[in-house]
Amino acid sequence: MTTATSVLGTRFARGGALLRAREVGIGVVLLLVFGITTLHNHNFATANSVQQLLSGAALIAMLGVGETLVIVTRNVDLSVGSIVGLSAYVVGDLFKDHPGMPVILGFVAGIGIGAVIGAINGFVTAALRVPSLVVTLAMLYIIRGIDGLIVNGVIITSSNIPNAFIAIGFRTIAGIPWLAIIAFAVVVIVAYAMRSFRSGRDLYAIGSNPEAAALAGVPVARRIFTAFVISGSLAGLAGALFLALHAEVDVTGGTGYELLVVAAVVVGGVAIFGGSGTVAGAALGALLLNTINQALVASRVSAFWNEAIAGALLLLAIAFDRWLSLRVARGLRSAEGAHRDL
Amino acid sequence: MGNTRRWRRKAASALILAAVAVTAAACSSSSSSSGGTTPTSSSTQAASGTIKKGLLVYFIPKDTQNPYEVIADNGGKKALTELGGKVVVSSGTADTAAAQIPSIQAAIQAHANAIVIAGNDPSALCPSLNQAARAGIKIVSFDSDVTCGSSPDHLFINQANTQQIGESEVSLLAAEIGGSGQIAILSAAASATNQNAWIVYMKQELAKYPNMKLVSTVYGNDDPATSLQVLQGLLSAYPNLRGIISPTTVGISAAAQYLDTHKNLLSHLTLTGLGLPSLMRKYVEDGTVAKFELWDPGNLGYLAGYAAASLASGMASLTPGSSFKAGTLGSYTVLAPTAGVGPSVVLGPPTVFDKANINNYHF
Amino acid sequence: MTSEPATRAPQKREYAGTDTSRRPVWQRALRWETGLVVVLVATLIFGTARSSDFLNSTTGFYIGLNMGEIAIMALPLMLIVITGEIDLSVASMLGLSGCVMGQLHSQGWPIGLAMVAALVVGALGGALNGVLVARLGLPSIAVTIGTLTLFRGLAEIVLAPRTITDFPAWMTSIGVVPVPGTQLSYSTVIFLVLAVIFGVVLHATRAGRAIVATGLAPEAARFAGIRVNRVKFGLFVLSGVMCALAGILFTLKNASVSYDAGTGLELNVVAIVLFGGVSIFGGRGTVIGVVLSVVIFGTLQQVLTQMQVQPEVQNIIIGGLLLVSVVLPGGGEAVGRLRARLRTGPHLARAAGTRRLAPPSSSDSSMQSEEKK
Repeated sequence: MTTATSVLGTRFARGGALLRAREVGIGVVLLLVFGITTLHNHNFATANSVQQLLSGAALIAMLGVGETLVIVTRNVDLSVGSIVGLSAYVVGDLFKDHPGMPVILGFVAGIGIGAVIGAINGFVTAALRVPSLVVTLAMLYIIRGIDGLIVNGVIITSSNIPNAFIAIGFRTIAGIPWLAIIAFAVVVIVAYAMRSFRSGRDLYAIGSNPEAAALAGVPVARRIFTAFVISGSLAGLAGALFLALHAEVDVTGGTGYELLVVAAVVVGGVAIFGGSGTVAGAALGALLLNTINQALVASRVSAFWNEAIAGALLLLAIAFDRWLSLRVARGLRSAEGAHRDL
Repeated sequence: MGNTRRWRRKAASALILAAVAVTAAACSSSSSSSGGTTPTSSSTQAASGTIKKGLLVYFIPKDTQNPYEVIADNGGKKALTELGGKVVVSSGTADTAAAQIPSIQAAIQAHANAIVIAGNDPSALCPSLNQAARAGIKIVSFDSDVTCGSSPDHLFINQANTQQIGESEVSLLAAEIGGSGQIAILSAAASATNQNAWIVYMKQELAKYPNMKLVSTVYGNDDPATSLQVLQGLLSAYPNLRGIISPTTVGISAAAQYLDTHKNLLSHLTLTGLGLPSLMRKYVEDGTVAKFELWDPGNLGYLAGYAAASLASGMASLTPGSSFKAGTLGSYTVLAPTAGVGPSVVLGPPTVFDKANINNYHF
Repeated sequence: MTSEPATRAPQKREYAGTDTSRRPVWQRALRWETGLVVVLVATLIFGTARSSDFLNSTTGFYIGLNMGEIAIMALPLMLIVITGEIDLSVASMLGLSGCVMGQLHSQGWPIGLAMVAALVVGALGGALNGVLVARLGLPSIAVTIGTLTLFRGLAEIVLAPRTITDFPAWMTSIGVVPVPGTQLSYSTVIFLVLAVIFGVVLHATRAGRAIVATGLAPEAARFAGIRVNRVKFGLFVLSGVMCALAGILFTLKNASVSYDAGTGLELNVVAIVLFGGVSIFGGRGTVIGVVLSVVIFGTLQQVLTQMQVQPEVQNIIIGGLLLVSVVLPGGGEAVGRLRARLRTGPHLARAAGTRRLAPPSSSDSSMQSEEKK
């Protein structure tokens, strides 16, 4: 193993301990927010309310998982919101035109659409070496436009969708909403893959130092392509679940989600410059943002203050994250007794 | 980099900048004028007393995708087809005034005879509409009015009497919840002219029910996801809520969908508002929503189309008391301006939908 | 040497090496701008073919009217992107400053004073961005997503749910009358004047070269004595002030303001800047390119709307243009790499490719210091 990857490996191990502290930190803040709000408004802690917190965050959490994979490699995927909208509508349209279609096919279709768009994003970014910010921004416009053409002023309503599908949007098992369970499963699967498989760790290597990763034999382009395909597929899945949750979709589905997801991911401790962060953190970040949103409403804070508070919190999270990573860097440097090259 | 290169670079930049400036100036100093002339569409002046043929009317809805607006625009198309004219539907995809301004400009450039517009903002469109009016284009607003005073003068096609909508919404709910309890309003955009106008009258009517209290107004921006979110916030902040009025088709169907899947809430919560029968049918049939109201947006567009054509043909005017014919809908009289609203025409009273009659309607 | 450089987040250099050739910057830039001129001429011909009086004064007035504020915001964004950062909060600042001006004026402030207050708010907002990005070294994309939300939220607090419509008529006429003597809107004239100033500064002064150097090679620039942090801070403040100016013009043009003024415009501004040939990696971009890009976007929108092309299709066209504008150079490189690979075999080609990827000076030193950890 070359110096690059061995250093990366050590850094991962050491950084790992502190990063795990980051996720714990989010968890602590989450409990604090929940606790304080419940003191104000006991209704916040009822089963119904907690279920809402979980299912409300589920979609963004899923998008966050995919976005994490992409951001870890030093890219960004701004097209996720549009993919959600397109996928939700197309799946709804399929159910409308084919009323007997089994529910599972709806999910397959949604994931498929997302995968195709993710593949386009991945190809242009990885093979053509085009900056992902521009590619996914362009795709955001294009997909929105295509969505608008397909939708053409029609709304998919709950009567077009099989009840079994809608049930996924609100049914619970042992009190936990299906949506939350699905999101949790996605997080667990992807987190495990990131940790245990070579390809998962490769993503971190690419994000930390693409040149070193390439020299160390990591198939960079292929990994980046896969990251985008997964991000797109998860967005497609989220789109199908959006349809289940709202039982209604028009052309506005998923608008603005891309910025929400990036915010959630950053709050969750994923470094925007790549190379660090976990999908668990991203999911927790989504949960935290949603909880804060609902907490503000439950505390009867005027709705007009929500956005400003959200923005301030995001800035705080970014600053805190930076502070934490500076500490990590300093710790690593002193631990290994390295000297900097001037 | 040598001196020559730097000078070459500067010269090249200056040259191109100059070229752009010259082109701009050339464009600007060309003496062709397009504003200020009377519309030269291919309309022929028939004998006075009939609508001109070949009229061009621009319909500018809030956005091109809102289903309610689409139905209304189709009504307008039907009207103009009957009259031998043409409708162009033009707008943006976002519900903003900025997205509608290019459409107004396009109407001016195309020498349209009339503009029928549903305003995303009460006043941001006035300067452009005024320009259109000065170019000889008749201005009609529908669904969501614009408040421009007399610049420009325009006719507002109101779907129903504003006061009547506001009052009936409250009395519908009051009847269902026994006139007492906390209620909330789930509206569209915070700046929407029509919803805000109705809410004013809702509050007035509430004074008649001292035991009913309006605890909150939330804004769903006519977006299903946002509407659901603000609804959940409402329920969590006010667990004793007894009634919700949602005077927007998107808001009420989002709320109905939520109640449909959380039927336990129905034991103490009642929902009503303005909704499209096609979206609400399922919820009325299974009892989630008992009553709601609306009118036929297609008729609204049809009336607006006839109004625009009549104004453009000189067969109607903005004088209160004057009247004009609107095809199969009959004759309509222009109402005098009232508080903040200019000359207007009212389509008719709202229809209340419930289990008994909902299957008679297909929009 | 402070500990900043090594722990500063690495240069946002993604996985492409389009700018490593040794051709002088101006030559490369001019190639892109020529392409833009071709596209512009093609668009004008297209518009004229469809309607013979397309090229009249009203069209020019409308294009300028619709694009003026966006164009004004694109100028400082161009500089920010050249230094390797980004500012997504531009449209929210436009909204916030408009709301501030409207609110103060409705409370009795004279319009001139209200405008000054709006500009001050712009400067403060820009300073916030500047402090977070330049002083604290936070990633600008994340920071400006945060300030985008924050500024919009502040606008909501200031004004929601009201709409202010009471502005002096002589000021709101900028929305309908052109500057006397020309057929251009006031915002267009202001933009052109600013564009000339920006052009001169960027291409012909030391400050401009400092900006380019900051983006191209921040470490080398630092060593050369350029106060990189100050440059970035200053650019963010400038962006805040210019967005406030755009907000003032936007409000007066519409003769009204509400808290959601300008929502979503930031993506338009970014698209215009990128389409204008400004590289997202920093270090490359010209004012000419941005001006041409603005004109192309405005003209296209006019033509398409007049042709009654649906706005959804217009979106697809914008996205497509943006995509093509980056895929073409990227695609060319990819073809070159493929040819090299076929000629010399995969192993050697990859080594050759990665050597080309190593950007000049800057990130190398930070990379090496990272490796040593």
